[in-house]
Amino acid sequence: MFTMLNLVQPKELEEAYQILSEKRNNTILGGCAFLKMGKKRITTGIDLSNLKLNYIQERDGFIEIGAMTSLRDIEINPLLKDNYNGVLAQSVRDIIGVQFRNGVTVGASVYSKYGFSDLITALLSLDTEVELFKAGRMPLEEFLAQPKGKDILVRLWIRKTSCQAVYMSFRNSASDYSVLNVAVSKLNDQWRIAVGARPSKAALAVSASEMLVGEIPSSERIEAAVQKVTEELSFGTNTRGTSVYRKALCKALVRRGILEVMACKSN
Amino acid sequence: MQIELTVNDKVVQWEVGNHEFLADTLRSHGYLSVKKACDTSCCGLCTVWIDGKSMLSCSILSLRAHGKKVTTIEGLPKEAEEFAQILSAEGAEQCGFCSPGFIMSVLAMKNELVNPTEEEIIHYLTGNLCRCTGYMGQLRAIKTYLGVA
Repeated sequence: MFTMLNLVQPKELEEAYQILSEKRNNTILGGCAFLKMGKKRITTGIDLSNLKLNYIQERDGFIEIGAMTSLRDIEINPLLKDNYNGVLAQSVRDIIGVQFRNGVTVGASVYSKYGFSDLITALLSLDTEVELFKAGRMPLEEFLAQPKGKDILVRLWIRKTSCQAVYMSFRNSASDYSVLNVAVSKLNDQWRIAVGARPSKAALAVSASEMLVGEIPSSERIEAAVQKVTEELSFGTNTRGTSVYRKALCKALVRRGILEVMACKSN
Repeated sequence: MQIELTVNDKVVQWEVGNHEFLADTLRSHGYLSVKKACDTSCCGLCTVWIDGKSMLSCSILSLRAHGKKVTTIEGLPKEAEEFAQILSAEGAEQCGFCSPGFIMSVLAMKNELVNPTEEEIIHYLTGNLCRCTGYMGQLRAIKTYLGVA
């Protein structure tokens, strides 16, 4: 069980950041579902509930998602169902149950860079930027590559495009963590293949994605790209599966993902 | 710290700890329908509604209930009894430990989904575990209750 000496609900982001910076053990609170399973000793817990960061809206050619938006809102929001082939809704729908998803937040899922995250994988397949209070806006890939620092994830910006995307995961049982998850997207002739729960955090298979650029890929080209994904990304072993098993799953899921994206109507 | 919330239409002021979760707060004030069983936020036994949305009270800090309307099964006696009659008639009720949280999810589903398919029902209730039954009796009862049998 984690402990918290103080709990605050700032009215301004600036105040939240100031409190976060004051002590090493001061921590931003998301939904707390993951935090409560640990033994973290928090000096001051910072709850962002009063900052009006629970929203999904369209702005300046982007879909903007506030950090305190719940995963259930991602799942049922009409804007997200109608865009990107509903890939974001698809990615979160098997995370435990409705009442769990009503409580956990987008900000905590992304900022914590959880290896098991389903949402990060789907976001990586789209043109996603994160907006941090101090460091500003940057592509999600860049944020994931940075060492963990002290900042506040304020919102996500996903460029609104007509890209087609699919999300697939393999679970040992319903509602368990993914053994492996994959998201594939295509915009015009540009592809993005993201693989997560390897079990390390999700990453883009850049070289494999580039192999699909151009005319409609032949089955040979698809097989070559599938093989490339398993070569350019690393796969590890944990209680849910071995690296060898994950590589085999990865090939199957990426292949299915590519074929499904190709079958999407707007392509 | 002190929070003020409405529990089953009754306004209350409670003193809560910083890292206290709502399930513990509710139980300490006599709302014993709220159960805890998994410690990993996955069993659904502690399900209550906060402003009409089903939530895991074991994973929501009590402070976050400040100013909110919390509903437990004690606040829905009529609806709960109606569904419980159907549940027991289908032979789906065994030890009953998971029933309060399960019924809160079923009632939330009734408010949220219109004529759900079997697949949609199962998906909505994935977060409610039962270790006695095989879920089939419960599924029959839900279909009867929702009029989609």
